[in-house]
Amino acid sequence: MKRVYVNEDWCLACHLCEYYCAAANSGAPNMIKAFKTEGKKPLPRIKVEEGNEVNFAVQCRHCEAKPCVKGCISGALSVKDGVVSVDETRCVGCYTCVLSCPYGCIVIDEEGHRIQKCDLCVKNHNGEPACVQGCPNRAIVFEER
Amino acid sequence: MNYVIIGNSTAAVGTIAGIREIDSVGKITVISDEKYHTYSRPLISYWLEGKVSDKNIYYREPDFYEKNGVETILGKKATKIETEKKCVVLDDGLSVPYDKLMVATGSKPFVPPMKGLEKVNYHTFMTFDSVKAIRSEIKKGMKVLIIGAGLIGLKAAEALSVYETDITVIDLADRILPSILDVKAGIKMQSHIENHGVKFILKTSVEEFSEHSAKLQNGMTVDFDMLIVAVGVRPNTELVSDAGGKVERGIITDMTQKTSLDDIYSAGDCTVSYDSSADTNRILAILPNAYLQGETAGRNMAGRENYYLNAIPMNAIGLFGLHIISAGDYNGEEYVTETENTYKKLVFRDNKLKGYILMGDVERAGIYTGMIKEGIEIDDVNEELLKQKPQMMMFSKERREEKLGGIIR
Repeated sequence: MKRVYVNEDWCLACHLCEYYCAAANSGAPNMIKAFKTEGKKPLPRIKVEEGNEVNFAVQCRHCEAKPCVKGCISGALSVKDGVVSVDETRCVGCYTCVLSCPYGCIVIDEEGHRIQKCDLCVKNHNGEPACVQGCPNRAIVFEER
Repeated sequence: MNYVIIGNSTAAVGTIAGIREIDSVGKITVISDEKYHTYSRPLISYWLEGKVSDKNIYYREPDFYEKNGVETILGKKATKIETEKKCVVLDDGLSVPYDKLMVATGSKPFVPPMKGLEKVNYHTFMTFDSVKAIRSEIKKGMKVLIIGAGLIGLKAAEALSVYETDITVIDLADRILPSILDVKAGIKMQSHIENHGVKFILKTSVEEFSEHSAKLQNGMTVDFDMLIVAVGVRPNTELVSDAGGKVERGIITDMTQKTSLDDIYSAGDCTVSYDSSADTNRILAILPNAYLQGETAGRNMAGRENYYLNAIPMNAIGLFGLHIISAGDYNGEEYVTETENTYKKLVFRDNKLKGYILMGDVERAGIYTGMIKEGIEIDDVNEELLKQKPQMMMFSKERREEKLGGIIR
């Protein structure tokens, strides 16, 4: 299946992917509305790690092992066509998936007492990963490997 | 192939998934003494608290059995395994034949003998029925006494606090969550829970009950309107031991989850696991373990040999809004940092991360869990970054490429 990959030699640590991700998953029609509207702060599901020599973004690998899905206590996390996504109405915020994910890709939504995670934008209006579209240096790609 | 599963919780669902990965046509029958569609046991406290609806307590969608071609026999108890005839006998006398059998019988509440307990209409905290009974009796202002300051007792306290009850928890141990937390984290969590109005009386037990009060060994007397016994659980091993299978504290299996009996497998809280972080056998009564054991067993039952490895104790605990994530073994060299609201302990041994506790700030904890499970050596990571916080930056570029790049595990 197609997944999001990051070339850490090209990542500028500009964090635009985080903004595009947060906006796409905020439910707002565009970036300005997403960040300017009162209410819940948009939360990115991709995270940029910055270092002295390299930077890179990390998001859910939709890995084969799927420890988050298999350890989920409520059945909120599930897999469809290889894509792991969360049913926010069933998540109770126990954070067992945060404990289980070896990539650190489950995002804690403190306000909502639940988690969020990358679903490759299959559930939002964007249709394909917003982080990939928004990366100015093509450090993030969506491809089959 | 004719598969029979005794039990209808996490390990059973994992077993169904494991079987169906390989065998899409074999007959699967699930037997349970509980009458419900598979539901999540850990959600019972959330249900009691009103955070989870009747609809959402279910562990899998309503069409789960249908989609997976599973027949269910619910509300009937398996009383005996006849290994010669290869069948399971139910409490109504019915015999269910099997080719491959899964024993996923879980555990039951342990109620130690306590003087006068027979006079009390007490509750345990384990099943949907047990919290339904509590819900039907609980009233605002009631005095609740909970015996046991482990995870079950404390989740019960959290749930019952929303009913504006007066809650007291007692435990023989000198701290709360003794089997999961270290002393410091236990004290911090205790004071956090106390700030939410729950009272603790530790290092004591009940000398004698009367109908609405408990006289404690330390001389105190606690009055109550409701009593919940949450001292611990014991694995349901009788079906296997009666059939002649090897049982110690729990059911003994090999790495394929097969018991010592032919064609009989076991998974979940009723089994003994190998804890790779402490290099010892113990009961790991945690939900992810039950699922993964079940899945492994299911694959083996359907004929694909595979092993369940790298099991470790691990817990994500949230109580009154404070979260703790912990994993592994706490014996070794410690690295501790703390602030007013957070606590972090990393435990190193044999040049590896063996265990950790994160309190307050639990973000990305799974990176530490992964390090313990994979047995990654400290020399292979940037130790300073490891200690700072869980991050992929601590790994070498090569390992990161392996983890995040084209190779998908």
